Amino acid sequence: MFSHLAILQVVVPLMGAPACFMLGKARLTWLMSLLISVVTCAISIGLLLQVYQQGPISYALGGWQAPWGIEYRIDIINAYMLLIVSAMGALVLLAAKDTALTDIDEHRRPLFYVAYLLCLAGLLGIAATGDAFNVFVFLEISSLSMYCLIALNKDRRALWAAFRYLIVGTIGATFILIGIGYLYMMTGTLNMQDLAQRLPAIADNNAVISAYAFIMVGVGLKLALFPLHYWLPNAYTHAPNLVTAFLAATATKVAVYLVIRFNFFVFSPSWADFIQLGNHVLLILGSVAVLWASWIAIRQTDIKRLLAYSSVAQIGYMVMGIGMSSLLSLQASLLHLFNHALMKGGLFLVLATIALRLGSVDTSQLRGLAQRMPLTFWAFVIGGLSLIGMPATAGFISKWYLVQAAIEQQSWLLVAVVLAGSALAAIYVWKVVEVFWFTDKNTASNTRHLSQPQVPVTMSIAMWLLIIANVYFGIDTRLPVTLSEMGAQLLSGAS
Amino acid sequence: MSLMSGLFNYWAVAALLLIGLGIVVWQGNLIKKLVGLSIFQTAVFIFYISVGKVAGGTAPILDDSYSQYSNPLPHVLILTAIVVGIATTALALALVIRIKASYGSVEESDINGQDK
Amino acid sequence: MEYSLALQILILLPVLLVPAIVLTKNSPNMREAVSLAGGVVLLCLAIFCYQSLASEQPTQVTWLEILPGLSLSFLIEPYGVLFALVASFLWIVTTLYAIGYMRGHNESNQTRFYACFAIAITGVMGVAMAENLFTLFLFYELLTLSTYPLVTHAGNDKAKTGGRIYLSILLGTSILLLLPAIIITWSLTGTLSFQQGGILSQLDSPVLTSVLLVLFVFGIGKAALMPVHRWLPAAMVAPTPVSALLHAVAVVKAGVFSLLKVCGFIFGGDLLASLDVTQWLLYLAGVTIIISSLIAMRQDNLKARLAYSTVSQLSYITLGALLATSLSLTGGAMHIAMHAFGKITLFFCAGAIYVACHKTQVSELRGLGKQMPVTMVAFFIGSLSIIGLPPAGGTWSKWYLVMSTIDASQWFLLVALMLSSLLNIVYLLSIPVQAFMPVKNNPVQGIKEAPLFSLGAIVVTSLGCIWLFVQPQWLLDLIQQ
Repeated sequence: MFSHLAILQVVVPLMGAPACFMLGKARLTWLMSLLISVVTCAISIGLLLQVYQQGPISYALGGWQAPWGIEYRIDIINAYMLLIVSAMGALVLLAAKDTALTDIDEHRRPLFYVAYLLCLAGLLGIAATGDAFNVFVFLEISSLSMYCLIALNKDRRALWAAFRYLIVGTIGATFILIGIGYLYMMTGTLNMQDLAQRLPAIADNNAVISAYAFIMVGVGLKLALFPLHYWLPNAYTHAPNLVTAFLAATATKVAVYLVIRFNFFVFSPSWADFIQLGNHVLLILGSVAVLWASWIAIRQTDIKRLLAYSSVAQIGYMVMGIGMSSLLSLQASLLHLFNHALMKGGLFLVLATIALRLGSVDTSQLRGLAQRMPLTFWAFVIGGLSLIGMPATAGFISKWYLVQAAIEQQSWLLVAVVLAGSALAAIYVWKVVEVFWFTDKNTASNTRHLSQPQVPVTMSIAMWLLIIANVYFGIDTRLPVTLSEMGAQLLSGAS
Repeated sequence: MSLMSGLFNYWAVAALLLIGLGIVVWQGNLIKKLVGLSIFQTAVFIFYISVGKVAGGTAPILDDSYSQYSNPLPHVLILTAIVVGIATTALALALVIRIKASYGSVEESDINGQDK
Repeated sequence: MEYSLALQILILLPVLLVPAIVLTKNSPNMREAVSLAGGVVLLCLAIFCYQSLASEQPTQVTWLEILPGLSLSFLIEPYGVLFALVASFLWIVTTLYAIGYMRGHNESNQTRFYACFAIAITGVMGVAMAENLFTLFLFYELLTLSTYPLVTHAGNDKAKTGGRIYLSILLGTSILLLLPAIIITWSLTGTLSFQQGGILSQLDSPVLTSVLLVLFVFGIGKAALMPVHRWLPAAMVAPTPVSALLHAVAVVKAGVFSLLKVCGFIFGGDLLASLDVTQWLLYLAGVTIIISSLIAMRQDNLKARLAYSTVSQLSYITLGALLATSLSLTGGAMHIAMHAFGKITLFFCAGAIYVACHKTQVSELRGLGKQMPVTMVAFFIGSLSIIGLPPAGGTWSKWYLVMSTIDASQWFLLVALMLSSLLNIVYLLSIPVQAFMPVKNNPVQGIKEAPLFSLGAIVVTSLGCIWLFVQPQWLLDLIQQ
């Protein structure tokens, strides 16, 4: 049993999805999928413990030994990613009780859970596999189910957003496929570890460089890296609220993981100049993303879109950390991956709660929210402070490491970029808080009487767990700091 | 082996990739966009199959009379990719049907104009 | 009771009162009794901490270590005790005053007001007792955020605008300047603890330390050195008790207190004296003193005038901190207490006048002395303290500051201090004097003194000004410990 954890991690949700499809009833499906996601989360914890104590796990799929067969290789970074994705998946699903899915047509709600589990399986697969082609397959599993999830929203604009995301996502995935094809052509292997050993010998080959370029552009599209981010704000804004929470907390994180995996493991700055160049490009794009997307976020009136642009900016931070490519900066990136999942997951769950109670998240409806839903308001404030990077929140820790990394390289410009991003975040967070805080006499009274469904208890629990985690991991930083440090050391050892 | 004839497959792949991408970007009709997307993906399929080709080899079927086979692995890989491609096209077409139902159009400019 | 326990309760008590305040929101008497009782206990705790200074062992508490070498810890030391004593005493007085003011004025959201007030006091106590820069920064930000609802209490557009300026300047400077300064300090020295003689003194890079000093001085926006002083007048949209405690005592003093700690215990006097940039910052402090006094003269709105006077007075302390000689630090620290009592009296009077007759402009106050004699006498005493004339406490701190400028041959600063005192006389003392002047066909009739609670508070603080003049010795002993 324990020796099969690596594959169970992916198979449980993958098999769970059709099982859920059979059930048919929304409530039942929810309970079933919740159970599956909790088991998945437990498996990821088991894997993490195992890797932490005994080092990397290699699992040969179907008994075919690597490099011929598909290998699932779980090192500390994989385990860390699996934990983030499965935990966020379980928490968002906890919130997604069938009565909470008011923005999805009732007869489609069971399908939500099916697509959700498939998506979860895909994302976990990307994080677990050690095979480059397998990455593509799982990427497409997660993407296809993600398009479905987005299109589930009653609002017709969701269809259009899903379609556009589909076009961009497919092009991105195909780019990755081309890159992997080049790698196979040059090395005759698809196993990542094998690739890492064979590539240095042919580092100057143009096909290898093309492979790298194709993969980076493809992953950049999935990552919503500036300037390839245009799909993201639309997808986040028009997706059902809980899908947005899931998407923001997991999907882009996995894409960041892929950048790290390809940039420091399969390829490595130590043997290829073009990786160093690639890292410089990432650094510049990341910095621009931080400033530009934060600036755009300030100008948004729709709160979901505002947070979506904020996500583009936060992805910029992670990419900056990768671009600086030092031990400390990689750690900062990995840390921010964890912390940002907490912040954005929490904030989007807060928005989902508000939308459920008020029926919408239109700015005009939200004035004076602090009086009507004081607790939810404070949850938003805490999540927002974490986004800004106030001390005693998770956001502060990642910013602390990122600034340290920039100082270490004597790069004062980067220090300025990180802090300016923080200050811009303060502006857009406060813009929302101000709307919530001040009462507008006209709207406050007439929305109060709307009889909206009660927020499910599980939803409040999930929201508060995430919000409290933002504070907890800002104070007790041992778990993410230890894991990210081990991960960064592993990567720099490999490079 | 001249540059043109020996790498003919790859030139074809590059051309198809560009044609496909061009259609996706420049065509406003959603169905045409999907056609472009399919051409784009098909180009990659051809690319993989070309990679697997071994000069003088036959199809990789175990038989005593042949000793030289094409590499079967890329073929298997691309079979997976073709399945993925079909799924993508199917999903996209389903989306187009629903877009047509709710917007009454499959033209990008129409759709964008309606949601202002 | 253990000293360390007292220290922790001192910091946590106000915030622990918040649930009690919220729970008793339906009975205002209970709610305000809770606030008052909390204030009294807090003062007792502060006095208890004061006594701990006499013991050999310094009292230090570490709550937790967030990252290796980065901990949330507190230490009882003389400056902090001074600040905690002043703030906790004035919290009681302000609560008394607020009871009269808020009720007399029928303000809405009073529960929120008292709750945020309590959180802000926790911020102050944390700043006062912080053992290192990180802890200080944490509570500094808590103070900024918790005072935002107080500043925007009125909830109208004017309050919103004021709140925006308040928050954007304070948060902006702290994120863009103070935070990098702290992180750079940490990466250079590996510690953030306040230490006698400073932690940067070993550093052999005048350029870097100069940059750091500039980052710190402007990053601590609460100290309101020009040009980051704009938030102070903007925050005057707050109800008067808020302006009184927060903008004469808690917020601004947290700023200059932080500056004192940074200059004294991060940089150290020797290092500061060796940097060229210190001289320029001193000039800037001098210029701030004079210019803001000039602006204050031209303000007809009483609270705006007091706000600019505060900007000017804060730079006295900044000046003391930057000179960083033992004389100047003594003067600066004393001025924290002296200015607190003086300025809070003036703000209380402004509020009392507003409650009693809804007047906000200086020009309307002629002849008011007959109707409101107690208020106006208190205003007179408060003004004396700010100017630095006997028999009010401000005399002593100004004396030390002047002596330190002479000692350091800083003639420009000496002139700035003297000039500012003269200007103070013009724009502050003229108000009570004119109020007592006989006026022909007096339009103000039938005005009575402010509610009893408020009046009591005014009397207490103005007596405090005089008491500090008569009994400055304990303060001096405390600072020079």
